Amino acid sequence: MVKGIYTKRNDGRKMDEVRPMTAKVGIVPSADGSASFQTGKTKAIAVVRGPRTLHPQHLQNAQSGILRVNYGMMPFSVEDRIRPGPNRRSEEISKVTEWALNSVLDLSGFPNTVVDVFIQIPQADAGTRVAGINAAAMALAHAGLPMKQMVSAIGVGKIDKTLVVDLDKYEDSEFHDAEGSTDIPIVLTSRTKEIALLQLDGKISVPEFKMVIEMGKKACDDILKVQMDALKNVTGESNE
Amino acid sequence: MVKEKRQIVVPGETIVSGKEFLPGDGAYRDGDDIVASRYGIANIFEKHVRVVPVSGAYYPRRGNTIIGTIVDITFNGWLIDFGGAQNAFLPVAEVPRYVNKNEMAEFLDFGESVIVKVWDVKSRGVDASMKMRGFGKIDGGMIIAIGPNKVPRVIGREGSMVKLIKGATGCDVTVGQNGKVWIHGKDTDSEVATRKIVEFIADNATIVGLTEKVEKFIKELGLKVDVEIVKEDTDKE
Repeated sequence: MVKGIYTKRNDGRKMDEVRPMTAKVGIVPSADGSASFQTGKTKAIAVVRGPRTLHPQHLQNAQSGILRVNYGMMPFSVEDRIRPGPNRRSEEISKVTEWALNSVLDLSGFPNTVVDVFIQIPQADAGTRVAGINAAAMALAHAGLPMKQMVSAIGVGKIDKTLVVDLDKYEDSEFHDAEGSTDIPIVLTSRTKEIALLQLDGKISVPEFKMVIEMGKKACDDILKVQMDALKNVTGESNE
Repeated sequence: MVKEKRQIVVPGETIVSGKEFLPGDGAYRDGDDIVASRYGIANIFEKHVRVVPVSGAYYPRRGNTIIGTIVDITFNGWLIDFGGAQNAFLPVAEVPRYVNKNEMAEFLDFGESVIVKVWDVKSRGVDASMKMRGFGKIDGGMIIAIGPNKVPRVIGREGSMVKLIKGATGCDVTVGQNGKVWIHGKDTDSEVATRKIVEFIADNATIVGLTEKVEKFIKELGLKVDVEIVKEDTDKE
């Protein structure tokens, strides 16, 4: 690989090392399912409600239940206050999360209903959409909904000429010595190892892209382990 | 080989491998593997593999007792909201007495609570029946919500916990599988005591040796643990 100027990571991690992760399930007692997921300083909370009857009726699907995802960053999640409410970015992330989760979720047993997933980011340090998807997958499982498998998500990026896993905010937007960084969020299914979501922001060559996918897959295995541990160690601490 | 093992499984996880196993509720087959499609406790009974959910919303099953409220009156029945994905339908024909179709609200009006049996679960909804003993309109007492996942603990093994509560307070306790409990007694004091006990069980649903703890709690309330008064009722499955 070509040596670039970014040879050492800001927080001392290895290039393919993810930030320390913690995950917890059942954090919201009134919800049907809930989970939190944290990587480094990025925190995500996901809450699942449903299946419940969908209103207005014309949105209902008579063949299957539908999934509705709502992603939002809390006003205090970053240094400058974010104006609360939907914006272009949050609408996009809601939509892509919905697509990624829909590929594993099976709501055919609940026609005319909706499952709502609310993702909130109380603290952001880049990689919020992947943290949100990780939390949402756990929350959906916790809600007892039929899923073919789990999903895990990771962001892989390129800084100058170096491929880096799980970028933090410094690497994503503050490291300006090199050309604008590339960011590739990847969502991987747990069993079939298929890609459920792939986005690309920036430039990357084909051989490098293949390496990115490999690095992402490796990182997703670690994340899946954290998700599974969180779900298995609730010791029947079911909610409600 | 006969296997009986209990383990918590996550969707996508292989529960067991082998062509001889059959996937049941919450499991599917992928090649040789039986894979969980739901989060819960895997139950392997002989060759039958199923996953029992430990959390989440209530999914009605045939034969369940549910407690709900009337939300709509149609020309041939009532719609009951019981906290599930869809409403349950109670046809006029499934009511134990003659109801004039022009005066259906006389028998069951909006907002009134009922105990019904799940007669059939279809993908489009739930059919309910009221035609057996122990089911009907709720009159008096109080309904508390404990959540569907706590229900097995409140009922206890073969209804032992319910018997314990009844013996201590003299109140009728009917547990709906949808996580609602109807308490009905002679006076409000005993109903409040019963409510406290049920909530205690729900709060400590994960504890081992719950019965002893509940007995202690009942004594703390100044009541006697008396398992003798066992009146046969319809609250257990």
